[in-house]
Amino acid sequence: MAEEYLLEMEHIRKEFPGVLALSDVTLKVKAGTVHALMGENGAGKSTLMKCLLGIYRPDDGIIRFDEVIYEEMDIHSSLNLGISMIHQELSPIPYMTVAENIFLGREPIRGKIGWVNSKKQTEMTLELFKGLGIDIDPDMKMVDLSIANMQMVEIATAISYNSKLIIMDEPTSAITEKEVAHLFRMINNLREKGVAVIYITHKMDEVFQIADEVTVLRDGAFVDTKLASEIDKNGLISMMVGRELTNFFPKLDVEIGEVKMEVRNLTLKGKFENVSFEVRRGEILGIAGLMGSGRTEVIESIFGVYPPDSGEILVDGKPVKIDQPMDAIEIGMGLLTEDRKLSGLFLPLSVMDNMVYSSIGNFMNKIGLNFKRMKVECEKQRKALSLKTPSLAQRVVNLSGGNQQKVLIARWLLTEPDILFLDEPTRGIDVGAKSEIHKLTSKLAELGKAIVMVSSEMPEVLGMSDRIVVMHEGKKAGELSRKDATQERILQLAAGEALTL
Amino acid sequence: MSDTSVPDTKTGKSFKLKAFVNKYGILLIFIGICILLSVLTISNGTSVFLKFRNIVNVLRQSSVIGIIAMGVTFVIITGGIDLSSGSLVAMIGVLSAMLARNVLHLPMIIPVIAAMLLGILAGSINGALHAKFKIPPFIATLGMMTIARGVAFLVTNGRPVDNLTPSFQQLGQGTILDFGQNFFIPVPVLVFLVVILVSNFLLSNTRFGKFTYALGGNEQAAYICGVNVDRHKILVYGYAGLLSGIAAVVLTSRISAGQPSAGNMYELDAIASAVIGGTSLQGGIGTIGGTVVGTLIIAVMNNGLDLMGVSSYWQQILKGLIILIAVIIDTMRHQVSR
Repeated sequence: MAEEYLLEMEHIRKEFPGVLALSDVTLKVKAGTVHALMGENGAGKSTLMKCLLGIYRPDDGIIRFDEVIYEEMDIHSSLNLGISMIHQELSPIPYMTVAENIFLGREPIRGKIGWVNSKKQTEMTLELFKGLGIDIDPDMKMVDLSIANMQMVEIATAISYNSKLIIMDEPTSAITEKEVAHLFRMINNLREKGVAVIYITHKMDEVFQIADEVTVLRDGAFVDTKLASEIDKNGLISMMVGRELTNFFPKLDVEIGEVKMEVRNLTLKGKFENVSFEVRRGEILGIAGLMGSGRTEVIESIFGVYPPDSGEILVDGKPVKIDQPMDAIEIGMGLLTEDRKLSGLFLPLSVMDNMVYSSIGNFMNKIGLNFKRMKVECEKQRKALSLKTPSLAQRVVNLSGGNQQKVLIARWLLTEPDILFLDEPTRGIDVGAKSEIHKLTSKLAELGKAIVMVSSEMPEVLGMSDRIVVMHEGKKAGELSRKDATQERILQLAAGEALTL
Repeated sequence: MSDTSVPDTKTGKSFKLKAFVNKYGILLIFIGICILLSVLTISNGTSVFLKFRNIVNVLRQSSVIGIIAMGVTFVIITGGIDLSSGSLVAMIGVLSAMLARNVLHLPMIIPVIAAMLLGILAGSINGALHAKFKIPPFIATLGMMTIARGVAFLVTNGRPVDNLTPSFQQLGQGTILDFGQNFFIPVPVLVFLVVILVSNFLLSNTRFGKFTYALGGNEQAAYICGVNVDRHKILVYGYAGLLSGIAAVVLTSRISAGQPSAGNMYELDAIASAVIGGTSLQGGIGTIGGTVVGTLIIAVMNNGLDLMGVSSYWQQILKGLIILIAVIIDTMRHQVSR
């Protein structure tokens, strides 16, 4: 062995039905270094980490940790070996104290009965914190801590397990700049102690501030590993996007009409500020940006899910008031939400029920619902969208992701909207359904509908949009026309940089 | 081709059988119980259980709980719960009895309308507490349950309100289509029937019903689909309150007095009826037909065990077991389909 690596993952391959999530990925991390792991959404970062933690079983490849070779991990052995992960969404037990959270399941015990020795537990916590330079009261309840402090506690917990490798998944996504500085001091401290850190991030600045090495993944494949000192931002961007853009997007050339909807200085405190844009008939407006940049919040706010604090929404040049989604639907808007299961589907109900909810007023006759007409209209949608279901009475929970998404699209088409918001319209569905949905989106634009599409998939944004608004930390960072838009430019704007490319 | 088509039809058939059992399982169990009781109660060559008088008796006894259970079914389908219905029956019962006393000489319609309005009011308060103040329905209706019971005792000083007008008493004791011993329909059974039909229409044929399922199926999605979530919650709890009011009239009239202790634990029997009938406490799943069968299973069991001379202590234990078995079957069914 040329150099001692703490962790070597080699030729890792992981396939899910219909998707090759990882193909021949290699990641080598040395002890006492910070290793940044970068790549766009869907590049395979989290799948790779899940293979390391034993949540997924890799189909091929080996994991060498501390000079022992494993073909697969399981979640307990990875912990015992000294691998911990600080997740992006922290999940402490809120009404227990800091010390109780850290020593959960391995509390210091007194006497034969097994009372918890709280005093000793507090002392042990203080000692642990002292070694790491953390200043938090061990007897505070977790719920009273800031997110940054919760992170510190989780890191301390990982250290208390004698972790040799700590994975941090976008640890700075929810904390302030000052807290970031503290986190970085902490990471430096860990590095000096010989702990290895895998640092997953979207933010390029951080890589140069904290990382020794950086590995980039793209579309489930390994791109390269470089020393952070050997590379600059533009180099990093081109590693991330270096893909040939295939032109398989069925974008039609549509004549773009009048301004259909305009938003002016839309603000929702803590989410986004002074966002203005317009969308025209026949136009597909893409909204790009990193996770947490406020893209979803803006469109959900327009739709009335949580109305904005200030700002104006104009439809056909006239100001409109939207207090709840009901009002938006009345005006002719539709919203395909980001999370199918969370805010879209009624899982216990049938395909037909799921389709008709937004337009149910159209199926009323004098005494009740007109099921005959409902069936006819739903059958039409089923055919038009080539929805695969044994019948309309089938429970929607039994359908595949792509078909569930089609049911939700049908729901909004039945309301005959003029303005359609599509939030991650193709997330988590197979390639075939993806391309069908793209075709449909294009066709809807051709019919004169104004479409606003939020997507974190770069090729989708570039391939489908007439114009692209890029968001960064709750603000509009810039706007690019179809012909000016490149992956590099979008990434620069999304990272809060000035355009130089 | 031929070797693949054989197992295909086979799985198709077993799938259909499974779907049939899933859909009508509880009805089959009900029929089974009825056949069993018919046989077990044969004496002198005729089945006591199957006698017309007895069947009508079962229906009459089940009508009050049945009426409440219809409203409770709506509430549970939205993912909520209503613990107040039994106490509302007592409170509304004594208040309407006060209006139905002989000394007042009021037409029967006045206490009836008053009971319905009171029911709607109390139910809407339940709904508003849940919708506007975000109190979990379990707590909101628990508070209402305690308050209503207290009001019932307070206004009556703990004593029954009797001497009711004859026309009011007809509502619980009268019959229609009376052909003597061989055929008659008690008014409570008629009221129950009407409530069943109206509830079934509301739940499966109207926007109101569809929104009820939507709320229980996924509240956030319902909101985004344009359902006025708060208003709909108030309406659903209001409807449950209305049915408690109607049940109060039927019960008060049948026992010829407004009893402040009436309707004790009815809310739990109503919830049990809905659950036995396949209504999911998770929300989004349930039917009126199912709850009707659930109500009848409890009533038939009580009746049959009475006829066989089984002690009421055993009856309680058996009722508890049926509830548990029904829920276990329901849970397993949904695990399979997910």
